[in-house]
Amino acid sequence: MAEAVIIDYGIGNIRSVQRGLEKVGASVQVTSNPETIASAERLVLPGVGAFEDGMRGLHESGMIPAISEFVETGKPLLGICLGMQMLLNQSEEHGLHAGLGFIPGEVKQIPNKINDSGIRKIPHIGWAALENKTGQSAWDSTVLKDINLGDYFYFVHSFMAVVKNDMDVLARCEYEGLKVTAAIQKENVIGLQFHPEKSGVFGLKILNAFIHDF
Amino acid sequence: MGLAKRIIPCLDVDNGRVVKGVQFVDIRDAGDPVEVAKRYDEQGADEITFLDITASSDNRDTIVHVVEQVAGQVFIPLTVGGGIRTVDDIRRMLNAGADKVGINTAAVHRPEFVREAAEKFGSQCIVVSIDAKCVSGEGEPKKWEIFTHGGRKGTGLDAIEWAIKMVEYGAGEILLTSMDRDGTRDGFDIALTSAICDAVDVPVIASGGVGNLDHLADGIIKGKADAVLAASIFHFGDHTVGEAKAHMASRGIEVRRMAAKPAE
Repeated sequence: MAEAVIIDYGIGNIRSVQRGLEKVGASVQVTSNPETIASAERLVLPGVGAFEDGMRGLHESGMIPAISEFVETGKPLLGICLGMQMLLNQSEEHGLHAGLGFIPGEVKQIPNKINDSGIRKIPHIGWAALENKTGQSAWDSTVLKDINLGDYFYFVHSFMAVVKNDMDVLARCEYEGLKVTAAIQKENVIGLQFHPEKSGVFGLKILNAFIHDF
Repeated sequence: MGLAKRIIPCLDVDNGRVVKGVQFVDIRDAGDPVEVAKRYDEQGADEITFLDITASSDNRDTIVHVVEQVAGQVFIPLTVGGGIRTVDDIRRMLNAGADKVGINTAAVHRPEFVREAAEKFGSQCIVVSIDAKCVSGEGEPKKWEIFTHGGRKGTGLDAIEWAIKMVEYGAGEILLTSMDRDGTRDGFDIALTSAICDAVDVPVIASGGVGNLDHLADGIIKGKADAVLAASIFHFGDHTVGEAKAHMASRGIEVRRMAAKPAE
């Protein structure tokens, strides 16, 4: 059975992610044990909440070296929502905080002004369609391989990833004229801003690809 | 492209059973929240809201089990309202698998509760439910008041001022129900909906009065709502969520399609 280890660092709704992974046939272990993390087959870093609290949770339980060790093995790590944002170098959420730094980039507040006229509602909450710059084939052999351009996914966030290298961005969505980073990947490190575990059958397709093809 | 406008079926749950008659002909157990939620998910519902109307506090835990069971099989956002009074109530619902909770009466009794809840769990999971009733006379400027107890008890609170205050306190969304229209099938109170939408900068879910598919579209286009909530129009099998989305799309509203458009 395909195995997945979910990192439990004291915040966020882990059970939804667990249930989603189980639905697609994964055997799931939830842990904050560094040894279990370092030796996992696949690692999932979930998270809802504040960046600083998330990083503190990882620090205090001594899991950061284990996560780095895991990434070194080349096995796949999937970050979801805050878990994706923590893959980057730093965040400006409530002060400047360092992230895990697996993918170059930073986390910034979604601007709530549209030019000088309108207001962009924050948080960005709801279903948005995925797009990319280079077309459908860019998602071949990624976790988005079973997803079509224009499929909708469920987002809930107030901060967004600004990734340094365009090539690390798998997908974006549009929010009132703003391009929001929706999915990123650098080698074996993958991040999703949206919640696949809350995005219906299309979300489950992504989890299925992660579990069975990576 | 932006955010799709959402369609949210609402289920009343009493002692763990769906009430107010869901009438799907081909469903095994129309009282089973899991069966009904799965059906709406398949039809393309963007979220599902459960309103717990269990009267006895002894049986409040039944809704927790409902949420747990539904969350194990339905992978879209779930909101639970009804009887949410403490931070512990919220924690239990979120742990059970709810993504958001609806706070209504408890906010009227003690507005600080909304602030505490938002600080603890984040605004994204705090929906403040507002039940409003028009209290202005014929020819007067429109004015709506917050009511509790199913529209029976006035509070003296102005609905627009209350919505603004709740957002300041941390509400991430407003679920707005017109008590004048609820159950009438005459359509949303468009004046109320647009007045609230103009006043706050968080998403507003329009509720109360949907009788046909044009009402849903009107709530978005004329009422400026971000989402529409309805019960009987879906429960009685008049329309599926899919039909509602197709109709909204035909009126130019962006909705979440279940199948992607062909590549261009």
